[in-house]
Amino acid sequence: MSQSTLTIKDLHVSIDGKEILKGVNLEIKGGEFHAIMGPNGTGKSTLSSAIMGHPKYEVTQGSITLDGEDVLEMEVDERARAGLFLAMQYPSEITGVTNAEFLRSAVNSRREEGDEISLMKFIRQMDNNMDLLEMDQDMAQRYLNEGFSGGEKKRNEILQLMTIEPKIAILDEIDSGLDIDALKVVSKGINKMRSEDFGCLMITHYQRLLNYITPDFVHVMMQGKIVKSGGAELAERLEAEGYDWIKQELGIEDETVQ
Amino acid sequence: MTETKWSVDEAAIREFSAANNEPAWLLNARLDAFSKAEDLPLPKPDKTKIDKWNFTEFGAHHVQSAPFKSFSELPEAAQAVIGEESSTQNVYVQRNNTPSILNISDELKEAGVIFTDFATAAKEHSEVFQKFFMQQVVKADEHKLTALHAALVNGGVFLYVPKNVEITEPIQAVFIHDDAQAALFNHVVVAADANSKITYVENYISTVKTEQGVANIVTEVIAGDNAQVSYGAVDTLAENVTTYVNRRGITSPNARIDWSLGIMNDGNTVSENVTNLIGDGSFADTKMVVVGRGKQSMNFTTKVVHFGKHTEGYILKHGVMKDEAKSIFNGIGKIEHGASKSNAEQESRVLMLSEKARGDANPILLIDEDDVTAGHAASVGRVDPLQLYYLMSRGITKQEAERLVIHGFLAPVVNNLPIENVKKQLTGVIERKVRQ
Repeated sequence: MSQSTLTIKDLHVSIDGKEILKGVNLEIKGGEFHAIMGPNGTGKSTLSSAIMGHPKYEVTQGSITLDGEDVLEMEVDERARAGLFLAMQYPSEITGVTNAEFLRSAVNSRREEGDEISLMKFIRQMDNNMDLLEMDQDMAQRYLNEGFSGGEKKRNEILQLMTIEPKIAILDEIDSGLDIDALKVVSKGINKMRSEDFGCLMITHYQRLLNYITPDFVHVMMQGKIVKSGGAELAERLEAEGYDWIKQELGIEDETVQ
Repeated sequence: MTETKWSVDEAAIREFSAANNEPAWLLNARLDAFSKAEDLPLPKPDKTKIDKWNFTEFGAHHVQSAPFKSFSELPEAAQAVIGEESSTQNVYVQRNNTPSILNISDELKEAGVIFTDFATAAKEHSEVFQKFFMQQVVKADEHKLTALHAALVNGGVFLYVPKNVEITEPIQAVFIHDDAQAALFNHVVVAADANSKITYVENYISTVKTEQGVANIVTEVIAGDNAQVSYGAVDTLAENVTTYVNRRGITSPNARIDWSLGIMNDGNTVSENVTNLIGDGSFADTKMVVVGRGKQSMNFTTKVVHFGKHTEGYILKHGVMKDEAKSIFNGIGKIEHGASKSNAEQESRVLMLSEKARGDANPILLIDEDDVTAGHAASVGRVDPLQLYYLMSRGITKQEAERLVIHGFLAPVVNNLPIENVKKQLTGVIERKVRQ
């Protein structure tokens, strides 16, 4: 594997005819950890959904490329196989399909027919990852996300991340609803992914997550655009002072998307 | 009423009956039913119009097929459902209308079990067979299709289990349809005497395409005092075969009938599955899975009627409709006056995979007694695009994602089927039907 680059240029995205993103520019390379912060309603989750290809979001302008390949031309599953991953804020529940069965399908979708992962190897790998995430072993045989608590769902998203090993991962509010112990465990899983071959974009309201996963770059989103970028120190200042100083600096009265 | 076009006449029935050396009672039953068939109305399955369906025109009333001589000659699909050949196997194979293979273990023979094809049952077990054939459970004059069935019956099996005989290994019947001209008028009688216990599994397999085919199938299950019958069926009849299938049972006190039905036909199908809980303390459980595809239209009526006190009836049906398939799921729990302390429960769920697929679930409870419990649940819905998005976002193709969702939707029924063999078969059949 080699370093990948996800490039987002002048991205405009609408949902039900309403424009949410109004020209986002961002580049994430293998080895880099980015954080996008910002108050509610500024377009953060829309960005992650648009990158993955959520059926409700329409890209009206701009481009997304992964190592030069046009992501917007790809179906959702093709984007995933190309190396993108989205840890979702609200993962779907799928009854009758076990977690293990689903994960194995995901792994095998990246392998040729006849070259499927051996069951033993798969189970060993899953067991190890589940141990690291302090998940009950019986969660492998439970139906996908069905009846999972909020924390279990988040751990399960990271279990998928660790199993699939994407090139670029987007983590959409992976910290929401987690208590401090769960947050530590989830962060441990994410940090384990750190390598030159793995780039990550974390979307969060709170600086808290960034105490455990240090970002290389921090971006602030307001009104559907990235309005300010900096290093880890930017997150610390936001934690200490909130968002008002940025609004004042940029002359923004209402940070939400209008 | 328009005149029905018949593919057979009375002379043909007489000729067929004579050729099989049938006893007089059976010929008379045929002729009597045939004379009524013209005037009797079609059944009226709720919410499906079947008056234009073809139940009467087919290539030939009976075809002579070369019997299969061994398992290795059987088509692959049949071998797959039978599994490894073994000396303890009890299996009947019918090729179109011709009895082919009949294996019955010495153990069963010694226990007095009768397991034989329809013609042999009528000929060699005439007296006992006559007691069961369209007498107690299904009557010839109920409607046009039962009358036609009685008049034209040309295959099937008779299984009789004497008192106190318990058989753990499933007894299997495989009906192979590999002649486009053949019409299947199969009759199955499963009679379990007091305190007996059996599992019967049947498969309908089409390996041929036909322009115009008819299957008119009637099953009668008679569960004696405290008897337990587990009845499994996996139907995979071809497109353009119009199927009427009526599987009905009656229970004596404390008897139990479990139905495990997988209806995977590719043609228009009317399926009726009724259990009449006559005896006090008797029990019925119906589990059914269905996959529809293409332009087929299907109607499934599942009904449990409680006559006895302390009777329990459970219905669980899940169906998936693809393409332009249509299906109606009627579930009826009926508690007659006097059937106190009874319980009627049902659940029907339909998942539609495409814009043009149609499904409807009608739960009906008819209760004439105060001291009872009953419940129903029904849902009809389309596949959730967000579920597909979630699965696909992990690299899973759309086709595989749909397969997982369907598999998951049917799992609560399939995983709980009481017959292991049927569970295994159905998993394979569903996979094939969903993939294409």
